[in-house]
Amino acid sequence: MKVNDVILQTVTKIVVFIIFTFAFYLFFAGHHDTGGGFIGGLMAASALVLLYLSYDIDTISKAIPINYRTLIGVGVSVSTLTGIGSILLGYPFLSHTFEYVDFPFFGEIELATSVLFEFGVLFTVVGGTLTIILSISEDV
Amino acid sequence: MSWVHLMIVLPLLFAVLIPLLYKAFPRIHTGWFVLVVPVVIFGYLATYLPMLANGETALYEIPWIPYLDINFTVFVDGLGLIFALIISGIGALVIIYSIYYLSKAREALHNFYVYLMMFMGAMLGVVLSDNMIVLYLFWELTSISSFLLIAYWYQRKQSRFGAQKAMLITVLGGFAMLASIIMIHNITGTFSIREVIAQSDLLVQHDLFLPAMLLLLLGAFTKSAQFPFHIWLPDAMEAPTPISAYLHSATMVKAGIYLVARFTPAFGGTPEWFWIVTFVGLFTLIWGSLNAVKQRDLKGLLAFSTISQLGLIMSLLGMGSAALYFNPGDQGVQLHAYAVLAAVFHLINHSTFKGSLFMVVGIVDHETGTRDMRKLGGLMTIMPVSFTLAVIGSLSMAGLPPFNGFISKEMFFTGTLNAANLDIFNMATYGAIIPIVAWVASVFTFIYSIILVYRTFLGKYQPERLEKKAHEAPLGMLIPPSILGFLVLAIFFFPNVIGDYALKPMVASIIPSAAGVFDDYTISWWHGFVPELFMTMAVVALGLILFATLNRWIGLYNHMPQWMHLNNWFKHGLSGMERGSHKVIDWHMTGYIRDYLMYIFITIILIVGGSYFMLNDFTLYTDNLASINLFEIVLALVLLGSTVLVMATRSRLTAVVSVGVLGYVVALFFIILRAPDLALTQLAIETVSVALYLLCFYHLPKLKGRGEEEGEKFKVGNFIIALGIGSLVTLLALSVNGYNLFEPISTYYGDSYDLAGAANMVNAILADFRAFDTFLEIFVVAIAALGVYALVRLRLEKRGGTDESQ
Amino acid sequence: MEILMSILIGVLITAGTYLVMSRSLLRIILGTSVIGHGALLLLLTTAGLKEGAPPITNIEALTYADPLPQALILTAIVINFATTGFFLVLAYRAYKELGTDDMDKLRGIDDE
Repeated sequence: MKVNDVILQTVTKIVVFIIFTFAFYLFFAGHHDTGGGFIGGLMAASALVLLYLSYDIDTISKAIPINYRTLIGVGVSVSTLTGIGSILLGYPFLSHTFEYVDFPFFGEIELATSVLFEFGVLFTVVGGTLTIILSISEDV
Repeated sequence: MSWVHLMIVLPLLFAVLIPLLYKAFPRIHTGWFVLVVPVVIFGYLATYLPMLANGETALYEIPWIPYLDINFTVFVDGLGLIFALIISGIGALVIIYSIYYLSKAREALHNFYVYLMMFMGAMLGVVLSDNMIVLYLFWELTSISSFLLIAYWYQRKQSRFGAQKAMLITVLGGFAMLASIIMIHNITGTFSIREVIAQSDLLVQHDLFLPAMLLLLLGAFTKSAQFPFHIWLPDAMEAPTPISAYLHSATMVKAGIYLVARFTPAFGGTPEWFWIVTFVGLFTLIWGSLNAVKQRDLKGLLAFSTISQLGLIMSLLGMGSAALYFNPGDQGVQLHAYAVLAAVFHLINHSTFKGSLFMVVGIVDHETGTRDMRKLGGLMTIMPVSFTLAVIGSLSMAGLPPFNGFISKEMFFTGTLNAANLDIFNMATYGAIIPIVAWVASVFTFIYSIILVYRTFLGKYQPERLEKKAHEAPLGMLIPPSILGFLVLAIFFFPNVIGDYALKPMVASIIPSAAGVFDDYTISWWHGFVPELFMTMAVVALGLILFATLNRWIGLYNHMPQWMHLNNWFKHGLSGMERGSHKVIDWHMTGYIRDYLMYIFITIILIVGGSYFMLNDFTLYTDNLASINLFEIVLALVLLGSTVLVMATRSRLTAVVSVGVLGYVVALFFIILRAPDLALTQLAIETVSVALYLLCFYHLPKLKGRGEEEGEKFKVGNFIIALGIGSLVTLLALSVNGYNLFEPISTYYGDSYDLAGAANMVNAILADFRAFDTFLEIFVVAIAALGVYALVRLRLEKRGGTDESQ
Repeated sequence: MEILMSILIGVLITAGTYLVMSRSLLRIILGTSVIGHGALLLLLTTAGLKEGAPPITNIEALTYADPLPQALILTAIVINFATTGFFLVLAYRAYKELGTDDMDKLRGIDDE
């Protein structure tokens, strides 16, 4: 009972990139504005879900060869490692710091270690969401 | 952290290594590795002996939960150290013995030694801890390890029964003890035993004194198998014999004795303590010795004899506690503290002779295949070394010279005679009972000691009734009981070595006012023709006569009325409780989740709602409320509508879509309520959730028979409960608005830009201030996702596997 | 507004509780979702409504809404999603294996 919807697929191709860009923006905006690891992750995940919905799993799996379970592992590890990093420097687990650095062309940019932690959150959310959805849809 | 702390945890740490050693060196008996532990502990703790002989003690402390006054405090004094030496010393011998007793090929040795190490560490913890809570923890750990060791051969029904019985009785006592500890803490405000002893006067005058004392003694009596709690010990004999020798005669059962001794300075000197401890001990003494005579199983005989001897030590501690009634320096102190001296002396002696007897019985069992005295006999010529050891042990137990049991038995008689002359605590009337009971019990002790040797080693050899061809045990099995047998003799000839280094420091711990009164006293086995000697002679004479005529009166035991068999009480009590709890559980555990939820909801309504109305907490603040505009009213109506639709609809699809609408409305509310982050998250989540729901429904086959419809009628009862919960929450939400009990901590997060370099406070909290929450949260997501994957995928693989097999 | 929210929360909790006590496993899961929404709104309402600006310091304002409940809710939303997904799959698997989602029939095995 496969539905082949040309319009949906064409629109999806474009919209997915918009959503991805939005997710990317939200993720980095999170520090100072609405957004963050969770939201960015969920947006990215919904973009991917949209792809899977409009195409079929096999096609997308070939196009995006990511094992989402591995992504969960990567996410959790990244977050854990940022936490352990602060221990190694003699601070309590998961302490974060930030610094303002001058970059050529871009000007002054704030670099915060919590962004690394948020990357872990992002990966875990994307991996977790897609693992859940794909597991169910594979089990027909 | 001190070395003594390390000694306590060493067995526990080593236990972790045992399974690895067992795997890594399959050709070497694991026991050889384990042996190192008690030897090291014994060697180290022995270095404290000279210090104690000088009357000093040592105290080391590791803070554990200082806030609750719970610290891992180790107190090394005479009482604790000698117990610790007995534990490690006998432990070492038992491990050597077990190496030959337990076959490397057949037995699960790693389990055995892990349990054994667990026990050893726990027992050392019991005798060396000063903090009562720590003591209690170790105390329960000994019960658990004892349970595991009794059930070591768990394939046998009897082992499981015995283990359960021991566990139930000792843990019951443990709980009672915990209650007592808490009462003592309430009275004195401390968990430290030393500080409790220092406040003994306060304790004794308090209203809770009697309950605290009774509960504490309940703990001690259950552990030390005192009447009527002794019934677990004979069944505990299902354990391997090294365990019976170690836990159930030399160490664990003496934990109760230890406890009574340890708390004597706190509770002693009062008539209640004196009477209860003395007479429970005396009754146990005579009950155990009477029952031991009729036993046919060698270990059963030893079990009852252990009960009886524990009773003896217990009663001596009770009599000795009278010394605390007198002022320090009074003559009464020395007179009655003498009983304590006898108690600790007999405690050590009992560990030596009973340990060796258990080991000999284990040898007989091991080499002949039976412990039934009706089948045994005439082993003297076949097993000469075992026979010699049995004679040494038995005669010491019977209280004959030249063995250590003689001296302590004489001292026991002296103690009873002193107690009989006591003119306090109403003793003038009943005092005479004590020596008489003691003497009668001694006669029966003599009889069963003779039975043990005679039935096993003398008489007729019946090889046809034995499972194996009897022969002498290997050397390794004989060495440990021989060492103990040697000690039995050595202590008789040189009692003052042990007297100076062990007994006097112990007495000083139990009766502080008696410290030093025995400095000039030397223990000797000859006091001239004193009443005690005549008592012993009469014991031997009557004992021999009764033994010779044993067959004529042994039948009397069959006339014991049924109600006197305490085991029946236990069995009926246990099965009655099981039936009762079955009934209660069957009544409310229906198997319907709905029922359980109803219990939960009704409880919430009753407790939360009840306290809400009883405290009259309802308040409705109407000032300072936020405004409402039309948009919000519309949203609220949509929310109400979709909620009602979820409840009312019969179509699954409608329900799912309604929940989706609900989620989006909540997201819109988030926007109104100044929470942009939440709104975004909620929108994204709701989208994915609806996709998830639809995915599941898409794959779900149509329900058979019931079609699309859920076929559920409106249930008024459920709705009333739901309405109750809902209105309760509404009332709470309304009331909460009016309260401002504490200053909000949110102001701290207002500085997020300076503290975390982030302008978005919510995000700063998530990623920085409270990153640990987020950290664990992504773990939840990870686990849930992997759980989903496993649920789906594992079944697919299983199905694939069965396909192949077909 | 607070009163309106409190009533809405009550309705959500009532509906959720009722659904949780029904026979169908799927309705139970929907019920947990509804209760979840109620709880989120409850958390937000108890912190005070419409006070100040959204908790972002870039917005110039005298006061900001309390950020702590929002952070807690954000965590709760994501966890709610993960557990709901798990429940859903559990129900789905149970249904596929046992052929029913009727809680009255899913009673385990009598041990005697």
